[in-house]
Amino acid sequence: MNKLLNVSSSPHARSSVLTGNLMFDVAIAMVPAAVYGVYQFGLKALCVLLVTMAGSVLSEYVYESLMGKPITVMDGSALVTGMILGLNMPPEIPLWIPFLGSVFAIIVVKQIYGGLGQNFMNPALAARCFLLISFASQMSAFKLDGVSGATPLSVLKNGGRVDVAAMFVGKIPGTIGEVSVVALLIGAAYLLYKKVISIRIPAAYIITFAVFVFIFGEQDLGYVMAHICGGGLIFGAFFMATDYVTSPITPNGRIVFGVLLGILTGLFRLFGGSAEGVSYAIIIGNLLVPLIEKVTLPAAFGKEGKKA
Amino acid sequence: MNKCMERLYNGIIKENPTFVLMLGMCPTLATTTTAVNGMGMGLTTTAVLVFSNLIISCLRKIIPDRVRIPAYIVIVASLVTIVQLLLQAFIPSLNESLGIFIPLIVVNCIILGRAEAYAAKNGPVESAFDGIGMGLGFTLGLTCIAIFRELLGAGTVFGVTLIPEAYKITIFGLAPGAFFVLAGLTALQNKFKMPSATNGAGGESVLACGGNCSHCSGSACMANHATLETRRLQAEEDALAAKKAAVAQKQTELSAKLDKKDN
Repeated sequence: MNKLLNVSSSPHARSSVLTGNLMFDVAIAMVPAAVYGVYQFGLKALCVLLVTMAGSVLSEYVYESLMGKPITVMDGSALVTGMILGLNMPPEIPLWIPFLGSVFAIIVVKQIYGGLGQNFMNPALAARCFLLISFASQMSAFKLDGVSGATPLSVLKNGGRVDVAAMFVGKIPGTIGEVSVVALLIGAAYLLYKKVISIRIPAAYIITFAVFVFIFGEQDLGYVMAHICGGGLIFGAFFMATDYVTSPITPNGRIVFGVLLGILTGLFRLFGGSAEGVSYAIIIGNLLVPLIEKVTLPAAFGKEGKKA
Repeated sequence: MNKCMERLYNGIIKENPTFVLMLGMCPTLATTTTAVNGMGMGLTTTAVLVFSNLIISCLRKIIPDRVRIPAYIVIVASLVTIVQLLLQAFIPSLNESLGIFIPLIVVNCIILGRAEAYAAKNGPVESAFDGIGMGLGFTLGLTCIAIFRELLGAGTVFGVTLIPEAYKITIFGLAPGAFFVLAGLTALQNKFKMPSATNGAGGESVLACGGNCSHCSGSACMANHATLETRRLQAEEDALAAKKAAVAQKQTELSAKLDKKDN
C-alpha cells in the first residue's frame, strides 16, 4: 500500500474567465457609445476620452510602482474606469479637469482603499461627483453643433417639451457617452449576450424608475420615455450600476439594489435641485451594498430553511 | 526649565493634537476654510488652554475629585466668555467668521483632555507650558490644513491670490475637502515618521496602543498595562530565581567533583 492519493487543496474547478477578459468585453460594449459621441461632438470628445483613459492607466501604474505593489495595469480595469469617466464628461471641458478626475478616481477612490475589488464605490462615478461639485459651471456647460443648449432633462424640469425620437438617436446636448440610447443599447445587448452582466439590476432599476416617474411626475407616456432616455439613466443602469465590485452578488440583492437606485434617481430628478440624479443615486446605492448582501444571503445548499 | 521645553516639544510634535491625538476634530474640520480662520481658531483655543491649565493646576488640591469635571467646565466657560468678549471688541471680523465655534471651545476635548490628563496632576508652570505646547500644536495643525484648503479651494493663501480663478477646485472649500486634506496631511506625517506617539517612533513599546498611558487614565487600557507590567516583573523574577538555582546546583556539583578528586 505505497500508493498515496494526493488531493490538491481547493478550488478544484477553475473558470477560464479572467478579469482582463471581462474588462475587455465591457470596453468593447462602450465602443458604440464612444464612437457616436466622437461622431457627434468631434475631435474634442476624442481628446477627452483619451485623456481620461491615459490618466487612469498612468495613475494606476505610478501609484503601484511607488507603493511596490504588483502592477495591475494590464487587467484593463483602470482603462474601463477611464473610459466610463470620459463618457461622463461634457465634450467642451478643458482637458486638465478630466485628467484630475481620473487621478482622483484611481488614487483616492480605488487604490487607497486597496485596489481592484476593494473600492467601496464606483471610482468613475465618485470622480464625476467630485468634479461636479468642484467645477459646477464647466461640468454643466453643454453644446451641440457649436450652440450651447439645455439638456432635455433641464428642459423637462422647467416644464418644457422635448423630442423623444431625437433623444433615442442622440441628437441632443449632453455628456459624450450618455446621449445616444441606441448606441448604449447595442453595447448593453453585447454584455448581456456575453453574460458579463445580468439583466436583474438594469431591469429593476429602469422599471422602478419608470413607475416612480409615472406616479410622482406626469401621467404621460412621452414624459416617462423622455425621463428614461434622458440623462445618464441607460448608461448608468447597464454600465455603472452593474460594476462587479460595487453591486450586490446575491440574485435577490441585485433586484433590491435596482429598485433602490430607481427610487433614489426618481427622488433626485423630480424633487432635487439638479436635473440629474443617476450619479448620486448609484454612489449612495454603492454604500448600501454590504447591507443589502447581508439581508439577501441565500441559504447554503443542503441547509434547511429558517427554523422557527 | 528642561521639563517645560519637553512639554512644548510634546505638544507641537510628539503628541500634536490634530495629527497624532486626533482631538478637537470638530473645529479642525469646520473652521479651516481660510488660513486666517484656521490660525485665529488655533490661537483663540491656545489662549483658553493656557489659562485653563494654569488655573486648574493651581486649584487641583482644592477641587474635590467627585465634582472635578463641572469645576473644570466652569473655569473653561468663564475663560471662553472673556475671550469671546475680547474678540468682539478687538477683532470683530474674526469673531463673525468663527461664529458658533468660539462658544464651542468650552466643550473642546483638547482643553478638557489636558485638564484631566496633565493639569490635574502637575504643577502650574509645567501645566501652563503644556497648554502652550498643545495650543501651538493645534494652531500649527489648523493653519496647515487651512492653507492647503484655501490654496486649492479658493486659490489664495492668507488672502493673497496664487492660483487664477479658473483653476480652483471648489470641493476643497467644502466639508469633503476638509477630510481629504486632514487625511492627506496625517498620512504624510506618518510616512515621514516625525516621531510621535502613534507611529511607534516615540518610544519602543510592544503594546498595540503605543504604551503611552497618559491619555487613557481610568480606562481598561490602564488596567491592561498594569497587568502586563506585573507579569513582566514576575517573569523576570522567575528567570532570575531559575538562574540562581542553576548556578547554585552547578556549584554544588563542582564542589562534589572536587571532593571526589581530593579523595
